[in-house]
Amino acid sequence: MKSFAYQKPASAQAAVGMVDPMSAAGQGGAFLAGGTTVLDLMKLHVLTPDSLTDVKTLLPAGIEERDGALYVGAGTTMAAAAEHPAFRDRAPALSDALWKAASPQLRNVATLGGNVLQRTRCPYFRDVASACNKREPGSGCAATEGVNRLLAVLGTSEDCIATYAGDWANALILFDTQVEVTGPEGDRTIAFEDLHTLPGDTPAVETTLGDADLITGYLIDLPDWAWRSVYTKVRDRESYAFAVASAAVALDMEEDTIREARIGLGGVATVPWRARAAEDYLAGKTLTEETGLEAGRIAFADARGWGHNDFKIPLGQQTILRGLMEAAALTREGTQ
Amino acid sequence: MAKTPGGTNREGPRVSRRGLLQGSVASGAAALGNFAGGAAQAQADAQATGSTTPTVSFSINGKTQTATLDARTTLLDYLREDLDLTGTKVGCNHAQCGACTVLIDGARVNSCLTLMATLEGSEVTTIEGISDEGELHPMQQAFIDNDGFQCGYCTPGQIMSAIGCVREGHAGSAPEIREYMSGNLCRCGAYKGIVAAVEQARDQVEEAG
Repeated sequence: MKSFAYQKPASAQAAVGMVDPMSAAGQGGAFLAGGTTVLDLMKLHVLTPDSLTDVKTLLPAGIEERDGALYVGAGTTMAAAAEHPAFRDRAPALSDALWKAASPQLRNVATLGGNVLQRTRCPYFRDVASACNKREPGSGCAATEGVNRLLAVLGTSEDCIATYAGDWANALILFDTQVEVTGPEGDRTIAFEDLHTLPGDTPAVETTLGDADLITGYLIDLPDWAWRSVYTKVRDRESYAFAVASAAVALDMEEDTIREARIGLGGVATVPWRARAAEDYLAGKTLTEETGLEAGRIAFADARGWGHNDFKIPLGQQTILRGLMEAAALTREGTQ
Repeated sequence: MAKTPGGTNREGPRVSRRGLLQGSVASGAAALGNFAGGAAQAQADAQATGSTTPTVSFSINGKTQTATLDARTTLLDYLREDLDLTGTKVGCNHAQCGACTVLIDGARVNSCLTLMATLEGSEVTTIEGISDEGELHPMQQAFIDNDGFQCGYCTPGQIMSAIGCVREGHAGSAPEIREYMSGNLCRCGAYKGIVAAVEQARDQVEEAG
């Protein structure tokens, strides 16, 4: 990898002042926490920061009740969060999405601040010899007519069809979540649903964060029925693989009738994806295979396949059905 | 991917790999002795402003040491190229295969994606550090007893990961072991024996803590 300077400031606020922002071309500085994305991409020369500012031990770690919501420090590791009773008991989808992601070794170091900012696994983004508008704006997209089996069918543009690779964000988006950010202008919060941006004609821009902004934590407002939530993940192998399609589902039910459904999708979209039209359809319905599949059809009504990934449209529909059925089958006693 | 350079504490340019490194490590150790003389303040200054050659103190298999290294140096490279601890293996070098698994402060991690610069004050345990005065660790013995390998290349990483798996409390059943050992690939396909080995050693490793 390219040479860089390592620096470890005394506080998160000091880190913001030192980071020397990374430009779209991958120059400048970058934050380092778990490093599982940054170092991987530096070894590939996809990222070539001049400096790494180590914030791992500067970020709050842990999960606690705060103002009636659940506060999650950005320095909490995936492993610690996956095991935390607050997730497992009150919103299993938030735990499932973590232990079904990456490997135990990666989860021991990767933090939840970096997790939602994980970069795409699009093979053309990761290969510096390929055209990629996300990595090198204006160079074109090798994926639209390339090997695109694992790429997105929702939220795409002619300029980029890169899949959002993470899992946890697709579950987090079910709940009203405020992202706490510290930046050059001080502290502020961003609604989680507003954090990621569609590729459009500027795929190199992935979030509404500024270059020197640092996520320090999340405040999650969990409804008391969030215990009925799951993260259903379909993969090419049973464990340690990115989602081909996934569905985070939370259901508020009365007997067999759905009061409210929330559905997040992964593996199929360019950003963490909330399927609101499908949710609206399900409100007041009895959950059956028919209504579940119809919800799936609605969620993928605007989907566009790019050839190799056409199968993700029916697969995604079925994944929603499966997630709905798995969530409905949970019992209060059945959760841990 | 180009291999990252090793420590700048080594005298002279690198000529080749392991054979010649035996001598280099010795000279590196001498340089370390000199460096440890008064580096604390320089280290603090350098880290506040950023350094391409940070200085870091850490312990590996119980031995405390200080080194000034190229910031790019990974723990995996340092173990193999500078300390000649070649039990930890290079597989994919991208945290996809688990061959490089070691314990840092008791937790299993991929050493290929761990920068030495981040290890200030950390305790690293490698496959070379788990046996007790020549007696195999129960997990090592269990891999032998259960044919938990064929070629053996992934085995050090499997064993370190298995110890972590048990300590994390995720070795309760064969399906749980399979899920929580999924970060370690075995191209020979010795997975049946690996699961059996973890089950065999589980109680002893739990007792040892």
